[in-house]
Amino acid sequence: MAELSNQLMALTVVTYLAAMIGYAAEYAFGDRPRVSQSAKQLVGAVPATSAWSAGRRGESREDQPAPVPVGPPVADVARPDRSGWAGRIAVALNALGLLLHLGALATRGIAAHRMPWGNMYEFILSVTFVGSVAWLVVLSRRPTVRHLGLFVTLALVVLLGAAGLIAYTPVGPLVPALHSYWFVIHVSTIILASGILLLGAVPATMFLIKTGYDQGKRRFPYPLGRHVPAAATLERLTFRLHAFAFPLFTFGALIAGPLWAEASWGRYWGWDPKEVWALISWIVYACYLHARATPSVKRTTATWIALLGFATMLMNLFGVNLFFSGLHSYANAGGM
Amino acid sequence: MRTALVLLFLLALAAIPGSVLPQRSVNPGNVATYFARHPTLAPLLDRLGGFDVYASVWFAAIYLLLFTSLVGCVVPRLVDHLRALRAVPPDAPRRLSRLPQHAYSEPRPGEPAVAATAAATVLRRRHYRTVVREQADGAWTVAAEKGRLKETGNLLFHLALLVVLVGVGFGHWYGWHGNRLLVAGADRGFCNTVTQYDESSLGPWVDTGGLPDFCLRLTDFTASYEPNGIPKRFLATVAVTENGGPARRRTFTVNDPLRLRQAAVHLLGHGYAPILRYTDRYGQQQTKVVPFLPTDTMLTSEGVAQFPDVNIDPKTNDRDRKLQVGFEGVYLPTVRADGSPASAFPAQRDPALFLTAYRGDLGVDVGIPGSVYALDRAQIASGELKQVSGERPHKLRPGESWTLDDGTKLEFLGTEQFVTLSIRHDPTQPLVLAGAVLGLIGLLLSLGFHRRRVWFRAVSLDGRTVMEAGGLPRTDYAGFGDEFSDLVRAADDAAGAAAGKEGTP
Repeated sequence: MAELSNQLMALTVVTYLAAMIGYAAEYAFGDRPRVSQSAKQLVGAVPATSAWSAGRRGESREDQPAPVPVGPPVADVARPDRSGWAGRIAVALNALGLLLHLGALATRGIAAHRMPWGNMYEFILSVTFVGSVAWLVVLSRRPTVRHLGLFVTLALVVLLGAAGLIAYTPVGPLVPALHSYWFVIHVSTIILASGILLLGAVPATMFLIKTGYDQGKRRFPYPLGRHVPAAATLERLTFRLHAFAFPLFTFGALIAGPLWAEASWGRYWGWDPKEVWALISWIVYACYLHARATPSVKRTTATWIALLGFATMLMNLFGVNLFFSGLHSYANAGGM
Repeated sequence: MRTALVLLFLLALAAIPGSVLPQRSVNPGNVATYFARHPTLAPLLDRLGGFDVYASVWFAAIYLLLFTSLVGCVVPRLVDHLRALRAVPPDAPRRLSRLPQHAYSEPRPGEPAVAATAAATVLRRRHYRTVVREQADGAWTVAAEKGRLKETGNLLFHLALLVVLVGVGFGHWYGWHGNRLLVAGADRGFCNTVTQYDESSLGPWVDTGGLPDFCLRLTDFTASYEPNGIPKRFLATVAVTENGGPARRRTFTVNDPLRLRQAAVHLLGHGYAPILRYTDRYGQQQTKVVPFLPTDTMLTSEGVAQFPDVNIDPKTNDRDRKLQVGFEGVYLPTVRADGSPASAFPAQRDPALFLTAYRGDLGVDVGIPGSVYALDRAQIASGELKQVSGERPHKLRPGESWTLDDGTKLEFLGTEQFVTLSIRHDPTQPLVLAGAVLGLIGLLLSLGFHRRRVWFRAVSLDGRTVMEAGGLPRTDYAGFGDEFSDLVRAADDAAGAAAGKEGTP
């Protein structure tokens, strides 16, 4: 079973890579075909049968594509499908990768007779799984953001590669310290929150790149912003993902974690390095939510704070596991 | 808000050194090691509070400033909010077409009052606070507002943070904890007084004599392991006496502490305590149960047995300090086949003690507290304490005895189990938990709700009624456009239905 899990994992990475290539093809050849189509749908949202005539003043709503595309208008209808097909194949591959990913996790859990959340390798596998699921959920609700797929799958492949290379751990049982129902509650919520925050970092990055691109910057990495959805859409998606994940993270790290710590170690908070960095991440993400709610703070500044928050999450995952010793020493990374 | 942002950032930044540098509150041993490795840097860092970051003045300054700014921000908002809770939604602005959301209806027969009432009913059904007003010019307006829970949640979250801070503070002042190594056995019980702890820490406002009255005796300890030595299960059984009552049998384990009325007993670790009997040159016997501390997961354990009061001539009662005896070495619950000095398995499958004997002044009489787990190195260095056994440590299996060069004898009778316990009490834990849960509820409310206002104006036009609607999201709310168009459609249907009913009596 453990062997099967490893093979499924390798297949998962390969499939995500293939999906990434598909997204890249759409990205390279496409010119936002889906965006224009759905823009038409959304504008016609109020049915003609209604007696109401809708009128909008002031700002156009941000999550609807701005009617001013950058560059000369392209006749989408004339060549709608080449890149569209690439994108659809990419999504299909992405979904297939997700199934394999689920299989890898499930077989690992069966092999270990427990939830597959016992060490750093399994943690990264689970977080990327959540990220992948969340991505497909977002995609199904807002097809306009499909161009982000390239960067989402890139993040998945990089993290899964890192998991395999530096954190691989053979299947093993849990030590008694982890025999607790809090293991399921605490770790699962942290994994959920981390996966969604991982996904949130992608539109955050692309929002910053897109904003730079819109301001006329053409140095790397700004050209990457050419085909991605409108800056406002990205920014709003960033906020929605973070606003969803933040309470989850609060519960997992700052309520369930301390409750378990009290039962296990006798104190609910002990300034263990993992606890410290979880608090730091929480504070930085709280800063992001504050900054975004403050009108005088620019949205780009707020988004930079969100990315800083993600950097602290990475620090907690890799830095604290590998370099600091503490009570949360579950890395078991070979050779470190 | 900007001040709060800066202070929040400072707090995150200030927390970092505490994860990089060893902390006294977490592991004093690591701090000592750090001092030894960095003799010049460490005292400097110490003066800056680098080893007590979370108790340092500057860390406290940041979070106290943060909470001051929080109070300064929350109190006026609370007052505003309480006022807003009682206020009725304001009347429609003159030009609804200026609002972010706006729509007109086709003229239809019927009275404006009927259309307005119908729209108000729709809004009320959707939990809007709704007011219908008749204007001087004969028009009817409906003003509606929703989503005040957002600000309620926001305030609740920030007040809950204050509750947590207060809880943590009082817990620090009124809480206490102590650690104790407890060897199994009827005559080795422990009672909850400060002097019986190996180490203890009482909050500044805790009365030393007022600790809750209970005694513990370890009656049994079992551990089971996977074939590769990873522990599977621990179970400690104790006899507990509370307030002088009868002894009761209780069990506890890792993750499942023993909860007494005003204390919780947590199982932190375990190990073996060899039972050693020394027979001196006058035939006097002394038996000691000496805990050996584990140094790895396979329970390779180190320890020392000291016999300062031996070899006393029963005729003269003269105590010769030069004839004190000490044994130092390791205990292996399972000896390795290759003979290396480390245990192969944590359970006692093939146990053996490896000891080196010393005779001379142990240095325990001078009154300087020393380790009970190692001999005094200074005494050995000065030659006051001499090694009297061979180069290699002497191996003893349970039941074996060892005769030293002076004819005295050490017997290894067997082992007892011991556990290390952390005993704690924090009276404000429930308060902190309540604060955290309230904070989470507040957070969910403030992120999940949106404040918005909707107005309708029904005017009479050539005997027919025209309705105009406007919507204003008070906070950033992406779904408002959809909600608004949905709302106006429902209001229009209701108004049409009401007019139809009125027209056909």
